[in-house]
Amino acid sequence: MKGLLPDLDLVRKDFPILERTFDGGETPLVYLDSANTSQKPQIVIDTMVDHLERHNANIARAMHHLGAEATEAFEGARDTVARFLGAPERDEVIFTKNASEGLNLVANTVPLSPGDVVVTTEMEHHSNIVPWQLATQRSGASLKWFGLTDSGELDLSNIDELITPATKIVALTWVSNMLGTINPIAEITRKAHEVGALVVIDAAQAAPVLPIDLASMPEEERPDFLVFTGHKVVGPTGIGVLWGRRAALEALPPFLGGGEMIATVTMEKATYAPIPHKFEAGTPPIAEAIGLGAALEYLMHVGMENIHAHEQAITAYALERLASVPGVTVLGPPDAAKRGGAISFELDGVHPHDVAQVLDSKGVAIRAGHHCAKPAHQRFGVQASNRMSSYLYTTPAEIDALVEGLEYVRSFFKLDK
Amino acid sequence: MTAANLESMYQEIILDHYKNPHGKGLRDPFEAEVHHVNPTCGDEITLRVHVVGGKIEDISYDSLGCSISQASASVLNDLVVGKTVDEAMVIHEEFLRLMQGKGQVEPDEDILEDGIAFAGVAKFPARIKCALLSWMAWKDAAAQANEHALAEEK
Repeated sequence: MKGLLPDLDLVRKDFPILERTFDGGETPLVYLDSANTSQKPQIVIDTMVDHLERHNANIARAMHHLGAEATEAFEGARDTVARFLGAPERDEVIFTKNASEGLNLVANTVPLSPGDVVVTTEMEHHSNIVPWQLATQRSGASLKWFGLTDSGELDLSNIDELITPATKIVALTWVSNMLGTINPIAEITRKAHEVGALVVIDAAQAAPVLPIDLASMPEEERPDFLVFTGHKVVGPTGIGVLWGRRAALEALPPFLGGGEMIATVTMEKATYAPIPHKFEAGTPPIAEAIGLGAALEYLMHVGMENIHAHEQAITAYALERLASVPGVTVLGPPDAAKRGGAISFELDGVHPHDVAQVLDSKGVAIRAGHHCAKPAHQRFGVQASNRMSSYLYTTPAEIDALVEGLEYVRSFFKLDK
Repeated sequence: MTAANLESMYQEIILDHYKNPHGKGLRDPFEAEVHHVNPTCGDEITLRVHVVGGKIEDISYDSLGCSISQASASVLNDLVVGKTVDEAMVIHEEFLRLMQGKGQVEPDEDILEDGIAFAGVAKFPARIKCALLSWMAWKDAAAQANEHALAEEK
């Protein structure tokens, strides 16, 4: 199959969990839930264990060997993130707990007033809706959103009504976690910048599968902020990234106060550290950041272009195979080239939880539910859906296992009778 | 999960109730209406109770969700309509005991009738909330109907 990673067998050997079986070894794991969280290669696990076994100390304050080693590893991870994103400056990389915290950081600090408008989209994850609902409710600004076309793409027909001089923020996802759609963020960013709005990109689903090079983007098309989470890019949980343009970050007040984020403190007032530390109050998740660095090194070693090609090949194959199952309806764009690695679908006559439960009995792990995107489900009149999501370790044979599993679901619930 | 476990969860009784739910649809009159949602999966139910003189005359509901949550609402309707609120609370307690028993509880068939089919579901922690959605909605509605009745007496 064209586009698959040439060393797919070797890649799979890097992920020990893929050896898991159930039912006393009879049922191998078929992990198709990577948009939910990705699995971890041995190098990430080893790097984190090595840090805890040999280098553990607090960072940026301990005057001893271990402190210096931990600080160097932590700041080295920041350099790796900067390289992964093609960030113009490494100090523009802020470590957060996850993508949600990055979005909340911006939504809580960006100045908004009555009359201002925040624009988002109907396909957002709840984490890029709720912080903006809170921010607009708090400030008296209003919240508007792009609707969706029937094929699950952004409806840009009213872009001139949504993006006006009153618009202060345009917050949207690069790749939809439910529909799989890849959004035209360059076009929207250019439009937003024309009116002076800041653009916040949720790259939680994009960072795992799309090559990103911020520095090479024309400045008018480069977003002002971008977030992603570590655990979806083969890294650990508990660590995420907010990248922001230096001037945009410097214009924001601090979010959380505490240690690490200050220059000096008296009982009356404090002055703040420069970025990135201004936004990193308290002891950060050190081992997790170092683990994320190892994860991104791993992905860059395999090559993001190669991973993207692999995802497109698997997605195209999955779309073709799913179309062969009676009663299956895929949500979102029919063209694999317009999609990330997640495919949501319905199986007529069986609720997604029941589909997922029966698939699980065959070792096939997918997600069922609203995928934290209730408005997008409502848009398509669907209460819940099934979602399979692939990654760099997914094989065509696993897609075949999903399809066989769906045939079994159909027979289990007697859909042909 | 083995095929045997799967069969124990999806008993024929459950699939029958799922395909032909008893008492589904919203009806008048009613003293209380509640709307409950399972936030993790999005299953939802709107449920009404009609109580006359302490006796449950009707439970009507409109719901969306998986086979377990739908079958559970149907069984609830079978078990509770026609009983007094006090009798229904005993049934509720027994169903709760079964579902929270991690698959170790032997259900009382005299009380739960078709409800014993849910014993297999209790082995799957992720699905217990599916089975309990309608029962929790009913308990909430019954409490509200009771308050309504007390207010009427005053």
